[in-house]
Parts: sequence; C-alpha cells; structure tokens
Amino acid sequence: MAAPDLHTFTLGNGLRVVLAPDTTSPVVGVSVHYDVGFRSEPEGRTGFAHLFEHLMFQGSESLEKLAHFRHVQSSGGTFNGSTHPDYTDYFEVLPSAALERALFLEADRMRAPRLTSENLRNQIDVVKEEIRLNVLNRPYGGFPWIYLPPVLYKTFPNAHNGYGDFTDLEQASLEDCAAFFDTYYAPGNAVLTVAGDFTVDQARELVEKHFGDVPARVTPQRPSFAEPRPQGEQRGEHLDPHAPLPAFAVGYRMPDPVGELDGYLAHLVLAGVLSDGDGSRLQQRLVHREALVTDVNAGAGLFGPFEARDPDTFSVTAMHSPDVSIDRVLGALDEEMERLATTPPTDQELAKVTARWVASLHKEHDRVVSRTLALGSFQLLFGDPALIYQLPERIAGVTPADVAGAAKLLRSDSRAVLQVVPAGGNQ
Amino acid sequence: VTTFRTAEEIGHTSAGPRPLPPLGEQRAATGLSTVDTTLSNGLQVIVVRQPAVPMVELRVRIPFASTDPMHPARAEVLASTLLSGTTRRDRVGVDTDLALVGGEMDAAVDPERLSIAGTALASGLDTLLDVLADVLTSASYADDEVRREQERLVERIAMAKSQPSVIARQALQKHRYGDHPATREMPEAEDVAKVTAAEVRDLHRAAILPRGSVLVVVGDVSLDAVVPQLEKALSGWTGDGQAAELPSLPEVSGGDLLFVPRPGAVQSQLRLTAEAIKRTDPRYPALQLANLVFGGFFSSRLVENVREDKGYTYHARSHIEFTPDGATLLIDTDTASDVTASALLEIRYELGKIFLTPPSETEVDTVRQYAIGQLLTATASQAGLASQLVALATQGLGMDWLLAHPARLQAVTAEEIASAARDFFAPVRWTGVIIGDPAQFPALSVLGGVTKQ
Repeated sequence: MAAPDLHTFTLGNGLRVVLAPDTTSPVVGVSVHYDVGFRSEPEGRTGFAHLFEHLMFQGSESLEKLAHFRHVQSSGGTFNGSTHPDYTDYFEVLPSAALERALFLEADRMRAPRLTSENLRNQIDVVKEEIRLNVLNRPYGGFPWIYLPPVLYKTFPNAHNGYGDFTDLEQASLEDCAAFFDTYYAPGNAVLTVAGDFTVDQARELVEKHFGDVPARVTPQRPSFAEPRPQGEQRGEHLDPHAPLPAFAVGYRMPDPVGELDGYLAHLVLAGVLSDGDGSRLQQRLVHREALVTDVNAGAGLFGPFEARDPDTFSVTAMHSPDVSIDRVLGALDEEMERLATTPPTDQELAKVTARWVASLHKEHDRVVSRTLALGSFQLLFGDPALIYQLPERIAGVTPADVAGAAKLLRSDSRAVLQVVPAGGNQ
Repeated sequence: VTTFRTAEEIGHTSAGPRPLPPLGEQRAATGLSTVDTTLSNGLQVIVVRQPAVPMVELRVRIPFASTDPMHPARAEVLASTLLSGTTRRDRVGVDTDLALVGGEMDAAVDPERLSIAGTALASGLDTLLDVLADVLTSASYADDEVRREQERLVERIAMAKSQPSVIARQALQKHRYGDHPATREMPEAEDVAKVTAAEVRDLHRAAILPRGSVLVVVGDVSLDAVVPQLEKALSGWTGDGQAAELPSLPEVSGGDLLFVPRPGAVQSQLRLTAEAIKRTDPRYPALQLANLVFGGFFSSRLVENVREDKGYTYHARSHIEFTPDGATLLIDTDTASDVTASALLEIRYELGKIFLTPPSETEVDTVRQYAIGQLLTATASQAGLASQLVALATQGLGMDWLLAHPARLQAVTAEEIASAARDFFAPVRWTGVIIGDPAQFPALSVLGGVTKQ
C-alpha cells in the first residue's frame, strides 16, 4: 500500500502535527489525540478520563456551552470523542470549507476550556446514563472490556473499570478537572491530525495561526504500566442479570505493540487464523463441526488492535449453551492452540488473513474519519503515521512459523478466564 | 507539591475570547460517473465508479415480503444459511474464495427485504460476483447446515429478545401496526425450530427473484467493463414473476402511549411515532429540516433539552423511517428510570413548542448546512455511497436524486419548514410505547395519555 502524502512537524509549544492531504472528496477530518487514557486516571477516580472527555465539549473561552456542537453541525460536519486505555481523541469531519473552523474549535478548548461545576454535574448525569445504556441495562454490557481486565491484571491502571464506578464519578470535583487538564492536556502531550481536501501550505498556516499561541506547559512523564504475566490460570465470574446464555472471555498477555511489533503482528494473524470467517479454525470446529458455541471471536486488544501500549490483551470470547460446560469449550480451544503451536498454519490460511487485512486497511483509509483517527493514533503510539501504510507488507511478512510461535506463547497456565453467568432470567 | 491552576484560571487567557472564523469556499464533489440500467434477467443495476481506494462495494436488495405467518422463520433460516454452501462450494469454500480476494459477504433479512452486502479488493470483483451468482442460483441449504443454524438462531433470538431496544421495537411495531407482516422483524424461536431445509429451498426458488430487485456496485471499477461483467456473471439468475414488496402499512394515527412493564429495569425506553411522507413528496425536504430542528441531530431542541440541560439521557433523537411506500417519524430515547415521566413531559413540551415557536432563522441555517454537509461526508466513502444508494433505490430513487438534493435543501424556505413542523409534529398526531419499571407507571398516568398493557 503506497503511503499517501504525509507531512509531520512540531510547533514551538510541542504540539505534533500530521497533515495528510487528499483531494478525492471535498471533506476534511481534524482530530486531536491527547496522550492520556483511562489507565492514567487516579485511584478513587475511576471513569474520570472519560468524564473529562465529556467536559471538553462543554465550552471554552470563546465558545458558550453547546456552541461547539452547533458550530460543527452548522458547518455541515459531525464530531465525537472517545476515551481509550492510553489516549483520548476528539474529532470532526466536515465539508472542506470548514477546515479553519474545526482548527479554531480544537485550539480554543486546548487553550482554555470552560470547566464549571454546573457542567460537571450535568455530565456526571449524562455519563451515568451512558453506562446504564451500554453496561447495566443490556445483556453482556461491558463484556469483556470491563470484567476481564481485573482477572488478568493486578495493578490499578490495568485492572480497573474505565467507565467508572458511580460513587467515584459522583465524587469528581472541579479541582480534579483543573489538575487533570493542567497535567495531561498540554500541547506537548497532544497530536493534531488534518486529513482530506486542503493544501499543505494553507493547512500549515492555519494550524500555526490557531494553535501557535497555545502556551507550552510541562508534559507529564509517561509511566510504565508494565506488570508481570499472571501465574497460572486466573478465574473470575460476572453475574449478568440480563444475559440469556453463558459466555466467557479468555485473556492472554501479548507482545508489546510498540517495542515488539513483529511479535504483535504474529498474534494479530493468529487471531485471524483462529476466528476470522467460516474457514477459520475456531469457527469451523466450535461453531460448525461440534456446535459447542453460538459465537466465538479472537482478537488483539480489547477495543481492536493498535489501540494501546504495553501491556495489551489477546482475547478469545465465546457464547455457549448452558448444556455445554465451559471446560469442554476451553479444552477444545487449548487443543486448537496446541495444534497450531506444533503444526504451523498453511500458506493459504495466512494468505486469507493477509488479504482481508489489506482490504480492511483500504476501507479504513477510504473513510475520512477512520483515516484521520488512525494517522493520529499511530503518530501518538508509534511515533510514525506512515507505519499504517507499511502494515500490509509487515503482515504479509508474518510466516507460518511466526504464527505457531505466537500460539505457543498463549499458554493456558498464564491466562485469565472470565465467565459470564446468566443471573436473572430473560427479562 | 505540584500546584495547578484553578478551573477559573484555565478558562481565561489575556487575549480574551476570539471570533469564530468564517467558512471558506466549498469545492463541489467531483462528478462521479454512474450507470443505472436493467440486466436481461430484469435485475436493476446501479454502478458508480469511485476509485479512491482499490476496493469494490456491492449491495443487493431483494424485496422479500410475505403474509405467511411462518415466513419470518423460514426467511431468517434462509438468510443465515444462504452462504453455507452451494453445488460448487461448501461453507468453507465460500469463505476461502472470498478471503483470498480480501472479501466478505453477509446476508440479512427483515420483513421488507433480503439484503446481501459484499466487499472485496477491486482486483477480486470477478470472484465476488462469482460467489454472489453461485449463492443466488445454487445455494444448497444442506440439511445439517440448516439444522445447526436453527439451533444457533434459537439461542440468538433468545439473546436478542433480552435486549431492551429489541423489546421496545417489538412493542412499538405491534402497537402501531397490530398484526401486519411488517411487525415480524424477528421470528419466534419455536417457529424457527420447525423450519425444514426443504421449505427453505422452496422459499429460495419462489422468492429470490431478479425482477424487482436491485444491485448496487460502487468502487474502483470501469463502467464500460462492469455492465457486461454483471450480465455475464448473473445471467443464470432467473425466475418468473416479481420479487414481493411489503403490503402497504396502515397509517399511524395519534393516541395513547402504551406502557409495557419490565420489572427491575434501570432505564426506560420511550419510543414515539407519527405518520410522515416519502422522499418523493415535494414537502420532504422541509420535513427533513424540521425533523433536524426537533431532534434529528445533536444541536436539536430535543437533545439540548433532555441531555445537555436536564441530563436525563445519553441518547435522544428523532428520525424518519422509510418503507417502500411510506414513512413515519420516530422519537427515541432511553432515560434513567426515575425521570421517565419527566422525559415524556419534555418530549411533549418540545412537540408543542415546535408548532408554537417555529424554527428560527439561525436554526434553519444550521440544519440546512448540516443536511447539505452530511450528504457530502456520508457519501464520501465507497461503503457510505453504496448503502445510501441501495436505501434510495427502495423508493425508486437513484444517483440523480442524490445529486439534486443539495439544491432542494437550499431552496426550502423557513415558512415551508414551519409548516412541515406544524403538520407533522403536532402532539395529537403521535402515539408510541414506553418500556420501564412498573414503579414508573403512576407518575406517567398522572401526566395522562399513557395506558398500561
């Protein structure tokens, strides 16, 4: 995949900038990635990084409450933000005539967000509703991303619930918000990405105009979240009042995505060999041949690959009939892993995974929003947005022996197994 | 000890607030070349060359309605096993051939249509079409595949039926359309268990018909080459008669909301509905913009009220839902249990208000720009454009309509929007359902216009 026209530079205040001009469609994407996610939130303040993301939409020095949304939408654009383990992103996609507006809006809240008690209280309520909607009031809500980490990890940053406990959310104060912003939202801790229909000179000038005078601040030392791999198989249980069927998630540790990218990619290909499509190992055996599960999925990263630094999680999730015991399914999973570890997959199995990856990277590039966000997160996590365009070649370079090696590393004596137990009937 | 600035200090700079920059010049989308034609088997094909990435997107819509009460179960089994093997490929063969060209294909069914969506690297279009033609003409529905899929479906249906959003949707459909086939969006598990492979094969033969169906192809394709390619690949797909459209739906008329108890629920689902108009109606652009002002996007009156001001919900919206020959308005929100009645009060307030206080000039400008901009961004990707086109084709519209729509939105006057708001949002036109904990009913009954199931 040929790398598109990419331009990266750093402003005097430390803000890293990625420009990716592409005039195919008259639209632009603008995103800001801040190098802080829910792994960095303090103990007693679970869910704070996400709550703070909501507050960043509530106005800034030049923008009243609600103005951000109105300005983006009255320019014909859409916006959103999302909180991840290691970063928080904010983005707009708009007709290209609105490029300067989007830069203005992002710069204004990077410079001087309007943090008020009233907005904090209102957004605590909104976030609680978000959690009720996505977690508490639906079957398998939060599965596995909230319930698996505390079984696999021991330290607070890796193990805690990134959506937050209601008690913690309710205790969030305006002082917490100010300290969090001052610590983590410095321009030197952020990446600005602009992708789409513009010229480099024009964008560079506008970026300098709007972000150039955001004062530099000290950028925080990034902590290591490393912790030892689990000893033995750790088991946990989650009672789900809405779930009609038992389910489980198996979590394994995997190579450092940044420091050991080739090892990480071998795990990614392994995930494809295991569960991508009807011809994959686990679909064939668990779903179709033996009908032990209704669904099975293997994947790198609890939110998708390339989305977190070390430590990252390889997971296998499955939903099964109550008539089938979890140990029977785990036994079959272990046999398949063992089989792959001793007999590497065929070239054709790898060719399938590689072709689907190439296709999905093209599709991601075709959507301005996903292209913008991917460039930003690769700059932030890997220090290299062009790496995205080398992935097809790197993934194609993964050999059958590499995949067997990855399967060998996913050991049943160093993993977490979280069971979801239906606990409330079918209401 | 590290000290931080206060929130007050953070929110101000010495330069003070800055003015919002104006919008620049908007470049129009570059012309996309397109073909809209009918193959010899009667299938309508819409092809758009959009070569931004070397991929191709494919969407098929086959009208697939029936009044037979067993149809939803058979149709669901059919859609779930359509790709499970043909005379030339078994299940793994289908997946392997698609995977080797970076491809995927899915089938889904609802009361209105059978939908097939596919994608592949552009260099794999031949394979993608070959697999499509193969399943359309010789899907085998092997007994054991059908049996296993039935078992999985029974479990999946149980799972889906525990979702509050599904419970709410079923209750709404029943409340507004009674026993009409449109209400059977999900089959009953016991019906699925009864379906035989022979019935599925019969249904395939009788109902998967090219005439009345449409195929959309968007991507890095050559228009000259692709029509003959489609003709060649799909010429074996034939059949007598016309694919079956959904019978007309009865008009939704206003009335009491139905309260459906869900003991122990921590949230309530509010789903309100009223009759609307199709895209082909001359008043449609005005209604589209009136709906945006009401609840159709984040900066709408409804969202700013119930989410941003009151904090009752994370999600609230109104939108227009289209069927082949009609349309309805829907309002939906999920709120904390203890504010169910308060949320209903605010929705009713906004319904009355859009009539008493019609959209302001600023609101009109905002929604107009938003609607025009959304058309640009939503159709900027191959997948977005393909999905948009297949949705329009349901109502007999194509690329021409899409290209002319910005001008239509531009031409709508504030008076026309106010009039659409008055005609379609008037509170007496609405009905709907509320799913929630029974403890919420007393407060709702005090408000009135809510009946318990």
